[in-house]
Amino acid sequence: MPMDAGAIEGMIRAALPDAVVEITDLAGDGDHYAARVVSEAFRGLPRVRQHQMVYAALGGRMGGELHALQLTTEVPA
Amino acid sequence: MTDINTRIAEKVNGSDVVLFMKGTPLFPQCGFSSRAIAILEHLGVEYDSADVLQDAELRQGIKAFSDWPTIPQLYVKGEFVGGSDIMMEMFESGELHELLAEKGVPHAA
Repeated sequence: MPMDAGAIEGMIRAALPDAVVEITDLAGDGDHYAARVVSEAFRGLPRVRQHQMVYAALGGRMGGELHALQLTTEVPA
Repeated sequence: MTDINTRIAEKVNGSDVVLFMKGTPLFPQCGFSSRAIAILEHLGVEYDSADVLQDAELRQGIKAFSDWPTIPQLYVKGEFVGGSDIMMEMFESGELHELLAEKGVPHAA
């Protein structure tokens, strides 16, 4: 089942309230997204941990309902 | 019966660079796995791979083992590095090359 971009953003922001989230629907099919997430919570953490935090926010949908989410995480400049 | 975690640990410790992927290096079955292979080929590094599509237990097991929901997954010297997005980011920034050099893994690029 495709997922709405707003729902993805909402779930990420619920877990990381300070996050700036930009979602791009790559294929226009509601199934292949890119997300850029900027949050202070990532500071000092290795990239794997940063991505794991976003995946955790998505509550197990990643890899299932959400097939493709190209993820970029950043700490605020 | 071998416990899946033992089997995965043996695999990741058996070679310097191990990629868990969908398909084989010659015939990747997914764009993300294909991208991961392209990066490894470009770095000119020797690697071992495991096709999760041929092994349902491995396909589920590796996700729990790494606490990572998607395939491909890259391990260097027994340590989980990340999926294809992280590989791409690290490749472009030169960090992947640095990591291999730091860990003493021979590679061309």
